[in-house]
Amino acid sequence: MKGIYLSKNGRVVVDAKDIYYRDLNRLLQKIFVERHPKVIELRNVTGQRYIGTRIRGEVEIDIFGTPGSDLGAFMDGPTIKVFGNAQDGCGNTMNSGRIIVYGHAGDILGMSMRGGKIFVKTDIGYRGAIHMKEYKEKIPVIVVGGTSQDFLGEYMAGGVVILLGLNNKSHRATFIGTGMHGGRIFIRGRVEDYQLGKEVGLEEPNEEDRKVLEENITEFCTYFGYEPSEILKGPFIKLYPKYLRPYGRLYAY
Amino acid sequence: MKDLERISNPFNDDKVIASCSIFGAMSLEGRKFSGKDIIRAIANMRDRGNGQGGGFAVYGIYPEYEDLYALQIMFQSRAAKDDTESFLKEYFSIAHSEEIPHREPKNISNPPLVWRYFVEPKRMEQRDLSDDDYVVEKVMIINTRIEDAFVFSSGKDMGVFKGVGYPEDIGYYFCLDEYEGYLWTAHGRFPTNTQGWWGGAHPFSILDWTVVHNGEISSYGINKRFLEMYGYYCTMHTDTEVVAYAIDLLMRKHRLPIEIVAKIFAAPLWEEIERMPEKERRLYTTLREVYGSLLLNGPFTIIIAHRGEMIGLGDRVRLRPLTAGVKDDMLYLSSEEAAIRLICPDLEKAWIPKGGEPIVGRLGASEVIHKKYEIGIA
Repeated sequence: MKGIYLSKNGRVVVDAKDIYYRDLNRLLQKIFVERHPKVIELRNVTGQRYIGTRIRGEVEIDIFGTPGSDLGAFMDGPTIKVFGNAQDGCGNTMNSGRIIVYGHAGDILGMSMRGGKIFVKTDIGYRGAIHMKEYKEKIPVIVVGGTSQDFLGEYMAGGVVILLGLNNKSHRATFIGTGMHGGRIFIRGRVEDYQLGKEVGLEEPNEEDRKVLEENITEFCTYFGYEPSEILKGPFIKLYPKYLRPYGRLYAY
Repeated sequence: MKDLERISNPFNDDKVIASCSIFGAMSLEGRKFSGKDIIRAIANMRDRGNGQGGGFAVYGIYPEYEDLYALQIMFQSRAAKDDTESFLKEYFSIAHSEEIPHREPKNISNPPLVWRYFVEPKRMEQRDLSDDDYVVEKVMIINTRIEDAFVFSSGKDMGVFKGVGYPEDIGYYFCLDEYEGYLWTAHGRFPTNTQGWWGGAHPFSILDWTVVHNGEISSYGINKRFLEMYGYYCTMHTDTEVVAYAIDLLMRKHRLPIEIVAKIFAAPLWEEIERMPEKERRLYTTLREVYGSLLLNGPFTIIIAHRGEMIGLGDRVRLRPLTAGVKDDMLYLSSEEAAIRLICPDLEKAWIPKGGEPIVGRLGASEVIHKKYEIGIA
């Protein structure tokens, strides 16, 4: 198999240059199983897809360069740090672990996500958290430092999305929460009524919501160096689904 | 068909997940660069295509024939070439003609004959028709009436090179690493509704307008019929063709700026129009009324180019991706950011444009024109 790796200070370093994504992911698995490293560092990543998929357990994967689409798809355990931007489909159907993006992320971030957390320093593209879900104690969380493009939380069925609007970013997304029927979206800052989907209601966060905000914003700040107490001042609004089955009557006769 | 399966599904997957890839690079200062990096960039998105089409458009490659129309024509038979040449001789003065240089094909099969002709319209009796209109008319005649002949491009100082294969193999075949231009666009194809054939590969072109497209234009039928009223005939069996002709009609003939054309292709939703101030509301309502038949429905991201300009545009609800990046005088547009970073790792900024908002690189402009509030500007 192509790809040379070397260890330094307990890290395994892989030069991903010119390695096809299938080979790279196979190599990662092999390293994980054979060497039990604490950190795998990937350098020169240029669009290889599905990084972090099929690695079950705890390991940190540091990515330098631009990882390809579906980063951390179906991921179950690892912590991925992206020192750059993430492309589309990041965290697709992710089950547990962390993805931390020190830049922006593309469309459908956290699509069908079912557990774990994603932290994005700046902004995200269209349809973040589309059809994200939750079950009992498995509640996925997405925290975004900036803002989002349209259709945030589309068909959302569970989980928590927090949009911080840092650096005075205004929220221009429309169709927020269209088809939403579970979970919660918290937005720091303002949105107008027309920006919201027909299926969401708007209210102040309650006591329990405040705890969720505090816990996740504190974690966000540990990665990106902000002051949690400043951000927690808000003001926050909460979007919640008005109906459990918004389209229940649409197709059934 | 067995061979096709081997090429398009080498890992025997249950379902091949792919979508087209598009890429564009332009120097706003007109600095020329080779196709080498463009081939690398589009090849980096190989998994988005399936080898059923690849192509490139490049501007600034024929400075010695700058004022002549460069007709790049594909022939599927010898007879087609003879018929086309006698047609050309009748209506054009041909300054120079040659087969487009190519290498031994690698990973592509049965390439057709592709020639280029540098021509000037022969204006004898001609009515008051502009040279451009004259050329459009003749291109349509070649495409519709001469069997087995199809015009790849017909602009000045530019050319389209395309075929069936992965884009890097098409680039190799046509020696594009040896050309230098100031604006390149590229495409890797995953055909959805029509077969892969040489004429059906992107870019699509008329005069010097070219378009590469990722998506599916479900309004193809209505767009096509509307364009027929203006003398444009779709012959390539691919939805993208309508975009090339629509652009020529709107921008060259109707002289509309790209900012308006973008709002015809990707019109604001009615509810958005209702929220606009009176003046804008009237403008956008009028546009939807007059040009409703050129609304592009369905998912799309396109890169449009013509001499001196490159434009990126996505559909209103962004069902296909587009990333932009800038560095010094360079503007890059791509389906994936990784392809840009591969050839330009130290971008000044990379961002994801909002659907329906054009990104415009213009020759001589000091910076890229785009709405300032796009996502992902650090």
